[in-house]
Amino acid sequence: MRYLAVRVLQGVFLLLGVSLLSFVFLEAAPGDFFQEMRLNPQISPNAVARLRAQYGLDQPFPVRYGRWLVSAVRGDFGVSLAYGTPVAPLLLVRARNTLLLTGTAMLVAWGLALSLGVFCAAWPGGWLDRACLLMSATLLAIPELLLGLCFLALGVRTGWFPAGGMVSPGFEDLNRWKQVGDLLWHLAVPLVALVLGTWAVLFRHVRGALLEVLDSPFIRAARGHGISRRRILFHHALPAAINPLVSLFGFSLASLLSVSLLTEVIMSWPGLGPLLLEAVLARDVYVVIGALTFSTLLLLAGTGLADILLFATDPRIRSESLR
Amino acid sequence: MRVPRVPALPLLCLALIYSSALFAGFFAPYDPTMQDREAASRPPTRLHWVGPDGRPDWRPSVYDLAERAGEIGEHKENVPRSYPIQFLSRGTQYKMLGVLTSDRHLFGVAAPAHVYLMGTDTYGRDVFSRLLYGGQISLSAGLLATVLSLTLGTALGTLAGFYGGWADALIMRGVELFLVLPWLYLLLALRAFLPLHTGPGQTFLLLIGVIGLVGWARPARLIRGVVLSAKERSHVLAARCFGASDLYLLRRHVLPETRSVVLTQAGILIPQYVLAEVTLSFLGLGVAEPVPSWGSMLGSLQQYHVLVGEWWMFFPGLVLILVFLSYGMLSNVLQVGTSKEGVGWNAKSTFKSAP
Repeated sequence: MRYLAVRVLQGVFLLLGVSLLSFVFLEAAPGDFFQEMRLNPQISPNAVARLRAQYGLDQPFPVRYGRWLVSAVRGDFGVSLAYGTPVAPLLLVRARNTLLLTGTAMLVAWGLALSLGVFCAAWPGGWLDRACLLMSATLLAIPELLLGLCFLALGVRTGWFPAGGMVSPGFEDLNRWKQVGDLLWHLAVPLVALVLGTWAVLFRHVRGALLEVLDSPFIRAARGHGISRRRILFHHALPAAINPLVSLFGFSLASLLSVSLLTEVIMSWPGLGPLLLEAVLARDVYVVIGALTFSTLLLLAGTGLADILLFATDPRIRSESLR
Repeated sequence: MRVPRVPALPLLCLALIYSSALFAGFFAPYDPTMQDREAASRPPTRLHWVGPDGRPDWRPSVYDLAERAGEIGEHKENVPRSYPIQFLSRGTQYKMLGVLTSDRHLFGVAAPAHVYLMGTDTYGRDVFSRLLYGGQISLSAGLLATVLSLTLGTALGTLAGFYGGWADALIMRGVELFLVLPWLYLLLALRAFLPLHTGPGQTFLLLIGVIGLVGWARPARLIRGVVLSAKERSHVLAARCFGASDLYLLRRHVLPETRSVVLTQAGILIPQYVLAEVTLSFLGLGVAEPVPSWGSMLGSLQQYHVLVGEWWMFFPGLVLILVFLSYGMLSNVLQVGTSKEGVGWNAKSTFKSAP
């Protein structure tokens, strides 16, 4: 219980730190969203000043940060200067799209990494093991950026897949099943790029963790007792190897909102990534700060969940905290 | 310490890439910003090793391209007259290393013909030349940002590890903050709060600053660990008893211990930071056109017709992969003996032979 309280407190401080840091940088940067307007001779300086006052940009730094903090606690992350709408709903819609992509990708990548990793660790040096190692080494050397571009080019050139986006025009008119099909059709290319980009690291970790456990004396003892291979693998080795993997899983959860940023931009998937990029280019600062805070929040949730999972799966940690 | 054998292939590869970027003026046949509007979006020029008379030639030659009658954008080679590639030919003037002025290029071709080894982009600029000049930006950004990151990381890590106390606590909280946030988000956010429209030189420095700042946390934590263990060693304690000052202890005993960590980190960080620069430029947040960078060159692939029709625009990506692979192999060697595969029980002998 005390541990939980400490974690929550740490999380709150992290959130405060992130938001304060972004506000400090914001303060240090020259110019703002309305700077370009000021150069426009058709807009009077008074109008710009009024707009700045309306959005509270004329207030001193502590006041602005305090106001933002108070409203953020209530779930209001300010107003997007470019869209003219509140930031929170904007982020939520985009985050839903991102989670659709990354959630599916994580499921597939973890499924593949676990099954292949366990198999390869059980039969190291086999043809599948060598093939998987080669493939993961290749994938690790190709940056995500290029992976995305290559798959997009491939999908578009063959004409089998659409050139980005999430739904076809006229999506609303389709019936339910066609809608799902259309969504999957658009999902395919970014999904494959994302899965391959994340699979390599996961696979290496799963295989490595299991190999290390299989190398330990208690497995040898179990073999000596005549316990079957399958039972050793799934009942003795895998639970012992799960600890680092659970942490990794928590990290995967934590990065759900941010991992697909580049892929989304390349494939013009309407997620958080393109929104953040647009906001950066337009200096739409509240959207940037909101997105950053939002992803930190998810990050905290992910690492917190990982800790709970660790607690549930690893008896060593359980006994340690009970003592 | 066992000195690991450094493999020759990645070193050679890196030497080639870095030197060709360093001496880009000499190796590139054209100016990277020169636009040949007649030759926009051309595929790589074909080199002919057999002359028009059917005799093989040691020196490749190219043909001038002429637009096919009635078909816009379709070109065919003007066959009867071939232009041999000239080595050490005279071309546009360039400045190398900031001081040397010359107009000699490694290779070139006489006037009406062009040699575009990797084709041209949509503005008719030579991709090969831009690749070499772009390497100057991307590679040096990686190096300088790494230097910044490691300097900052070493300074703060040493401070935290050597003195401990509240400085340690403060720095380590900062490390956690930077480690836990997704770095691309952080990079973008930091870039968001800095001016967008600046001169190329300024933007370049800004990029290095942003990338270097975002990455200081990991080296700082590692170096703190090394310093923590180093300062408790008996010879260090002895030196302290003899009245050595903190500065002397750091310089003489503690910092040399961190060297291997710093080296390994450099091997990991440099390609990562090259990629960071490429990513930012790809997203349009890097050094602005017409100055080439690998990222902005790859960025043209965001246009549909380039992505579908101009495969040669992927060349910067190929070089990027080469840089990645080379550094990966090098840092594998630097991290000596961490892999335990194929030792002991591990399934190879017992697990496999079991019934």
